[in-house]
Amino acid sequence: MSLADAPPRGPLTGRPYQVSTVRHQTHDIVTIDVRPEQEPIAFQPGQFDMVYVYGVGEAAISISSDPATPGLLSHTIRAVGWVTKALNDLQPGATIGIRGPYGRPWPLDEAAGRDLVIVAGGIGMAPVRPAIAYALRERERFGRVVLLVGARSPRDLVFRDDLERWDADRSIDVHTTVDSAVRGWSGRVGVVTKLIPRVPFDPENAVVLVCGPEVMMRFSAQSLLARGVPAERIFVTLERNMKCGVGTCGHCQLGPLFLCRDGPVFAWPEVADLMEIREL
Amino acid sequence: MDGAQLADPVVIAVDELGTLIGTLRGDGYRVIGPTVRDGSILHGELHELSDLPRGWTDEQAPGTYRLQRRDDEALFGYAVGPSSPKRELFPPRQRLWTATSDGDASFHVTQERHESARIAFLGVRGCELAAIAVQDRVFLQGAYQDEVYVAHRSDVLLIAVECGSPAGTCFCASMGTGPGVTEGADLVLTELLDGEHRFLARAVTEAGAELLAALERGEPTHHDITAREQVIATATAGMGRELDTDGLHDLLLGNLEHPRWDDIADRCLACTNCTLVCPTCFCTTVEDTTDLTGANAFRDRRWDSCFGLEFSHAGPASVRSSTKARYRQWMTHKLATWIDQFGTSGCVGCGRCITWCPVGIDITVEADAIRRASDPGAT
Repeated sequence: MSLADAPPRGPLTGRPYQVSTVRHQTHDIVTIDVRPEQEPIAFQPGQFDMVYVYGVGEAAISISSDPATPGLLSHTIRAVGWVTKALNDLQPGATIGIRGPYGRPWPLDEAAGRDLVIVAGGIGMAPVRPAIAYALRERERFGRVVLLVGARSPRDLVFRDDLERWDADRSIDVHTTVDSAVRGWSGRVGVVTKLIPRVPFDPENAVVLVCGPEVMMRFSAQSLLARGVPAERIFVTLERNMKCGVGTCGHCQLGPLFLCRDGPVFAWPEVADLMEIREL
Repeated sequence: MDGAQLADPVVIAVDELGTLIGTLRGDGYRVIGPTVRDGSILHGELHELSDLPRGWTDEQAPGTYRLQRRDDEALFGYAVGPSSPKRELFPPRQRLWTATSDGDASFHVTQERHESARIAFLGVRGCELAAIAVQDRVFLQGAYQDEVYVAHRSDVLLIAVECGSPAGTCFCASMGTGPGVTEGADLVLTELLDGEHRFLARAVTEAGAELLAALERGEPTHHDITAREQVIATATAGMGRELDTDGLHDLLLGNLEHPRWDDIADRCLACTNCTLVCPTCFCTTVEDTTDLTGANAFRDRRWDSCFGLEFSHAGPASVRSSTKARYRQWMTHKLATWIDQFGTSGCVGCGRCITWCPVGIDITVEADAIRRASDPGAT
């Protein structure tokens, strides 16, 4: 396709990109790479795009690639609804629409000079992966960099290559656990939140990024608070139905917040009370 | 509309309104105002004076709307109907773009161009002007301006007619949006029915002054001025409802688990009527379709409602699966979190959500119930 004669765009109109690689991460999670030839999309860790499948629809998807190389843009997608299932079935060479990036990123500057602790559950690895890439690149800006990864079972672990590589590097401290093991799994078993009290980092001087199911983020926050991490240095990223990405469709509201515009990354005190109310 | 002072009022005869409609049409405006249709007063295109609902009024109560004959010739002797200017400024269905397949697994996207349309609204109420101001904040004053709203809003004339016949479900006086009009319009009219049928007219903007200059005008007498004041005083006293907004934001957000929400949910049908008639509700969803050949794919945006189960669908389930949660979302958004988001209440007191609720749920009664239950000292 030609991008040179592209029509003017508003924030609600995406642009086509050709899929270069489709990496099947688990039985229901793929990572789709596009290599924009012109106008790569500059983004910050924690931001998301609206990704469109021709004739099917659009979904909000976290960007999972390294922000330093916007010439390779990745989105990691779990097949849940129509659009995400269609994305999981794509082949290299297909064209998808992308608009973005949207949302408030992880506050990595705030973590400079401190320990950076990242807690990811399941596909929660996707939005933190750009932050890890940044931390590896700017390693000297941080104290300890600790990654706690949990998944339901070994087959639900995403980015296993990365985990093994980072662990071998020893530039970051990787702890992986699964809720239930299978034959051949020699690693830890148990929920990821149980690791929080045990791994070495300085709670009073750490910034923690948490991404996973809401219940996992609530328990993680409790464990982190119990260990002495100040509430305002715990950050979570929230997910809701989104149609516009720019705060006008109304779908992603949580109390006074539009998750797309005010988040998706929030400091714990901004959302702690709201997350306690059922069905808010 | 920047801080213009109300110009000195003038008096115009009823027939001058017909001239006004003709002038506007001659200037290329579609004139949108009240018309009798489907047993109610709906916004429609006005071609001439006789299109206005002469001699009609509306009787409204929770879950009830009836047109009735008046015993006079009032042209604007009703409160508000189910439609509002939102329908023109932010249409219920809008095409956003078309994607065309290039036949080789790729496609290109053509953004829909929304031509600016000249619209003159005649007969806009204070509550409706307030609602337009609310939607202006939502669609024009964020990080992005909404392209569809911009197109429909950019060449609009607002000719207000102050409300002299509030309905049983009205509470604009509580919300500070009416019945009198002081801002937000280009031209403000007051229909005077005592003695000779006439209008008091005040230009608020230069555009309004120009419109007025083309009409035959008379000097108002002292009596005309006091007659207008009487219309407003009578309307203010005639509000069918009242809403105590004092501390309402904190009251509602401090009672998210109040048992009253369960009580409302027992009555609420989650039918979405309240959100569709509300002049400020702005939520939308998008629909992606293709034509039969598959060569063209379309993205349309349409009004959505937080009462739908799909609205909060995320992952495998809906966040707000209960009716209780959906009503609570609507009411706390309208009266409380809207203020956090946009610096204004989302409610203008027009009463449409009360009238058009098929089971007559009344937002003023529900807010009051929570207030009373939370403050045993309240009487």
